[in-house]
Amino acid sequence: MNPRVNDPTRSNQDARTPAAGNACVRIRGLRTVLNGKTIFDDVDLDIARGKITAIMGPSGTGKTTLLRHITGQLAADCGDIEVDGRHVAGLNRTQLFDLRERIGYLFQNSALLTDFSVFENVAFPLRQHLRLPEEIIRNIVLTRLQSVGLRGAAHLMPSELSGGMARRVALARAIVRDPDLMIYDEPFVGLDPIALNQILTLIRTLNDTLGVTSILVAHEFSAVRRIADHVVLIAGGKFVASGHPDVLARGESEWTRQFFGGEADGPVPFQYPARDYAAELGFAAGAR
Amino acid sequence: MTQPRRSFQVGTGLFILLGFAALTYLATQTTSIANYQQGDSYALKAKFSNIGQLKVRAPVKLAGVRIGSVQSITLDPQTLSAIVMIGIDKRFAEIPDDSAAAIFTSGLLGDQYVGIQPGGSPDMFKDGDEVILTQSSMQLEDLIGKFLVGGDTAKQGDQAKTDGSE
Amino acid sequence: MNAPRRNMMLADALAQVGAVGLFMFSILAAVPKSLRHYRETVRQVWFVGAMSLVIIMTCGLFVGMVLSLQLYYVLTNFGGTAALGTVVALSMFRELGPVVTALLFAGRAGTSMTAEIGLMRATDQLSAMEMMAVDPMSYVVAPRFLAGILAMPLLVCIFNALGLLGAHLVGVSWLGLDNGTFWGNMTSTVEVWSDLLNGVWKSAAFGAVIALIATFQGYTTPPTSEGVAYATTRTVVSSAIVVLALDFVMTAFLM
Repeated sequence: MNPRVNDPTRSNQDARTPAAGNACVRIRGLRTVLNGKTIFDDVDLDIARGKITAIMGPSGTGKTTLLRHITGQLAADCGDIEVDGRHVAGLNRTQLFDLRERIGYLFQNSALLTDFSVFENVAFPLRQHLRLPEEIIRNIVLTRLQSVGLRGAAHLMPSELSGGMARRVALARAIVRDPDLMIYDEPFVGLDPIALNQILTLIRTLNDTLGVTSILVAHEFSAVRRIADHVVLIAGGKFVASGHPDVLARGESEWTRQFFGGEADGPVPFQYPARDYAAELGFAAGAR
Repeated sequence: MTQPRRSFQVGTGLFILLGFAALTYLATQTTSIANYQQGDSYALKAKFSNIGQLKVRAPVKLAGVRIGSVQSITLDPQTLSAIVMIGIDKRFAEIPDDSAAAIFTSGLLGDQYVGIQPGGSPDMFKDGDEVILTQSSMQLEDLIGKFLVGGDTAKQGDQAKTDGSE
Repeated sequence: MNAPRRNMMLADALAQVGAVGLFMFSILAAVPKSLRHYRETVRQVWFVGAMSLVIIMTCGLFVGMVLSLQLYYVLTNFGGTAALGTVVALSMFRELGPVVTALLFAGRAGTSMTAEIGLMRATDQLSAMEMMAVDPMSYVVAPRFLAGILAMPLLVCIFNALGLLGAHLVGVSWLGLDNGTFWGNMTSTVEVWSDLLNGVWKSAAFGAVIALIATFQGYTTPPTSEGVAYATTRTVVSSAIVVLALDFVMTAFLM
């Protein structure tokens, strides 16, 4: 259907990974440099359809940047990203918006529209893109709010919600149009154990009942381990490990040992890169 | 849930209405448009030897009350005097036909207007009549000149001279 | 040492002007699409227009009153108090109404536009709209721009009307001028097109410029609390300068 899929320049790469036919998101040769810092260096990644894939890694390794590449908010310097068979870099604004209508995105800080009530926030994507009778909008919105347990809070304003509630409302808003791909950016940050469990359960339930593909960016391995089907670990611009969370938890490489064991020093150094310590303090041979 | 949306729209509507009401008020009450809305009027003609700074649409007053406005100002090529056409509101139809017209200045620096001094004739002005008795604009320069020459009685007499008595 | 820095500042200033210009084009491009969200424009007219009414009406009344008082004392020296209504009306319609309203509008509505959009940026609401396939330019920025253009002329008319009311209160009710003279001289001098509407057109241009500056500052602000605070200040300062400069240019060349 899409002529780009049959592009001969791509076909040999497709041949390289024949198993990628079932991938919802396919990334090839991604290279990104932001403010002189290399974020990604020739990265390949496939995200399986219908599964929960968690992307983990130390802070500042470009996990959110990867999500912004996938959704076309930020163009990569080099490489190709394909979402559901469409090359993100080649889309114009209208096509990009068409693509985004099928993606649900949960922001780290919920990003509810402060002017609108909870109900109107969830109804927003419907009102913007579909001409539906008020009755149907009401039913859809209340169903979604029910599924996150906040039907009773429909009339509240975002400023009246706790962090966990706001995130659940944002989740209801993200799923209101039945997306094919759900993206969660740090969904567990700043939640108390109860709210964390609620969000975890919701993500798992959504994936099982709606059959969506989920991409999850998080730090909390203990939480991720309970729901993810696949974990990818990024560090230093590369994917250093990937596999089922239980396999990674055994810590077979230095990276996984440090990250999942939570060790302070290791491949990810404790010290920010600096001059030689002794030299900086004036004890080195050259300074004497 | 749709209630807040509606109240915004009603409030905005009221605001826009208020704005246009203010515009209409300013346009019709404070500008020259106010002078057009005099309804039916009848025309009178008056000749002056000098109209000073009198302008079209300047007010016409009787006893200080505005009764009409200047419609047009032209020059009579024969007598070389100014012909001023005056529109008077139909409501003020009872003006004796021997009334006099004079050009006055409101204040020392104010605008000039045509003042009507009522006469005593039993007949009233009709549409198209000419005001026979007219008094020209009082020129500040003339006035000062007369003061310098002296003769306060001469000043009075000269000022009261009538023009266009033919 | 100094010259390169001055060149840098000049280049920065030019870049800023260029960025605002490009921003204006993208607003204009987003306007047709924003008409679909006309409800949002209506809501913004309410926020920037109706919510500014109290300050505009109060200030209009006081400006008219003080103008009347000042001019009365000046005009008494020439025996020209009959011209009070005319002078008040002309100075309000042509100059004071549009300019004072614009400065108040920048302080009241411009700052809230900047702060609102800046906070939407800081809390990812703009990104969230992008992700929901809603263009923030046509949903957030363009309605505010249109609201600025629509609301300013209406506010100026209200300001002028209240100003004349204030002038009338002081001149006629307090200082004892003749009511007929006050209005009569005004109506024989003030023209609709060249005086009243002249100021109204100018105010529409001011509304556009203030909304442009305010939305630009909000949209491009760094997403931090300092960023939003600085952007708000810059909105007021640049709006005031640009409005007064534009006022001079428009008065000199267009009127």
